Amino acid sequence: MSPFQKDFPILQKQKDLVYLDSAATSLKPQGVIDAVNEYNSSYSANVFRGLYSISERATEAYEKARDKAASYIGASKSEEIIFTKGTTESINLVAYAWGKLTIEKNDEIVTTVMEHHANFVPWQQLALENEAVLKIVDIDDEGMLIFRNSKNKHTARMVNLSEIITKKTKIVVVSHVSNVLGTINPIKEIIREVKRLNPRCLVLVDGAQAVPHMNVNVSDLGCDFYAFSGHKMLGPTGVGVLWGRYELLEKMTPFMFGGSMIEEVTLSRSTFKSPPGKFEAGTPPIAEVIGLGAAIDYLTKHTIGKIREHEVELLDYMFSKFNRLSYVDVYGPLIPKDRAGVVAFNVFTENKKLIHPHDVAEIFQRDNICVRVGHHCAMPLHRRLHIGASVRTSLYLYNTKEDIDKLFLSITKVKEVFG
Amino acid sequence: MDDLYRELILDYYKNPRNFGAVNKSTHSYELNNPLCGDKIRMEIRAENVKGSRDQVIKDVKFSGQGCAISIASASMLTEKIMGRKTSYLQSLTKDDIVKMLGIELSVTRLKCALLGLEVLQKSIRGED
Repeated sequence: MSPFQKDFPILQKQKDLVYLDSAATSLKPQGVIDAVNEYNSSYSANVFRGLYSISERATEAYEKARDKAASYIGASKSEEIIFTKGTTESINLVAYAWGKLTIEKNDEIVTTVMEHHANFVPWQQLALENEAVLKIVDIDDEGMLIFRNSKNKHTARMVNLSEIITKKTKIVVVSHVSNVLGTINPIKEIIREVKRLNPRCLVLVDGAQAVPHMNVNVSDLGCDFYAFSGHKMLGPTGVGVLWGRYELLEKMTPFMFGGSMIEEVTLSRSTFKSPPGKFEAGTPPIAEVIGLGAAIDYLTKHTIGKIREHEVELLDYMFSKFNRLSYVDVYGPLIPKDRAGVVAFNVFTENKKLIHPHDVAEIFQRDNICVRVGHHCAMPLHRRLHIGASVRTSLYLYNTKEDIDKLFLSITKVKEVFG
Repeated sequence: MDDLYRELILDYYKNPRNFGAVNKSTHSYELNNPLCGDKIRMEIRAENVKGSRDQVIKDVKFSGQGCAISIASASMLTEKIMGRKTSYLQSLTKDDIVKMLGIELSVTRLKCALLGLEVLQKSIRGED
């Protein structure tokens, strides 16, 4: 049993639900639902604009959520937290507000083959538009980035970062945790080495799969930008965060223009607020941000360390069962404690023929098992693994050993139907 | 409903009818579904019908890889149009496919089911 289950109304309403798709979005605890409802029913005013009490209350709650987000990821000041629609918007914000004017012809952007499309396509397009070079770091068979000095074993294909980072490298963009492989990248070491080779090179980290599950401290990591989503960490949909170093945010041009982000507007020109206001044009997703604040409260109360412990325990159990199946290929690091709770795999017949992920998911869903199938917004990664698609399970605090038992029972059923 | 997925569809998936290549094909086309790696190729040999612009489908075969729904649907479709006119093929709609399979399909699986039809209709239209 998970001690957290009782906090999630959806699990009380659907006792049979085996939700293994938290990497797509997480379930919502009562506290978050209540916080959103409380705003909508008791003080649903716009922020910043009113001098009346419910507007002040809304503004206070909104800014408090900002403080909570800053403290949660170890940011030195709240002004470095920008609320966005999600990780995708956060990354695009940097690509537009920083990248468009900074990346010049023949400059280099470094990314990896394991990235989610949100942290790949914007940079690919920016490189194409500005005639820059997109360098793509490869992975090994265990789904680890092939850097020497990282935790993995020394193979012939390892590269030194010094072979990748040059004077012309302007930014390195990398995921903290892979949303398919579950690989936890050694971000701190990577950043240290990148900055040693080129102190002016920036690093942006996609933390969508990290922040919900493990302790993240941006000051400790040494990155320049960090992006994550509220809805993957028990918060509502429609909200996410971009953290950026203040000196950088100050220099960047705005992303969107309009109300709330201006200081003064005349007929011929406008001046803009300082960060974070500069990057929050228009009415923000107030209810959702307040909900995110409540989600952070919940995670803080239960301590992220305990949540990670719970997931590792489940992973140990899961892998002990996977290891007994000869007809399943699991992707990513083989040692449970080295990876996050995202586990993608494929099932095969006796004759080693692939059982299509769609068909696997069809059988699963009859047992109320929720997984994702396809390329998980990581087509370059799937091509690199030489597969078209995979079945992806992902764990979170509300999952239990029973969930895993049911999963494996279903896998056996798939085998029975398809051979 | 459950049984249909198990028996009929599975049968066509495991023992696909009309799988392979067509001798002297007059039309061919293939499509990938990048969302999941499904790939269906269709080859047709069609002959003219005297006094009309219509043609008769003398032979049709499919090949490729995909999930049970996409393969079974493609296979059933080849049986459905074998010996029929190309105008008949062009008249087939998504509802005809759903009826042919005889099961309820979610939005996602509908895409799988329609892949074969899309390939066939595009091959006749001579699309690139």
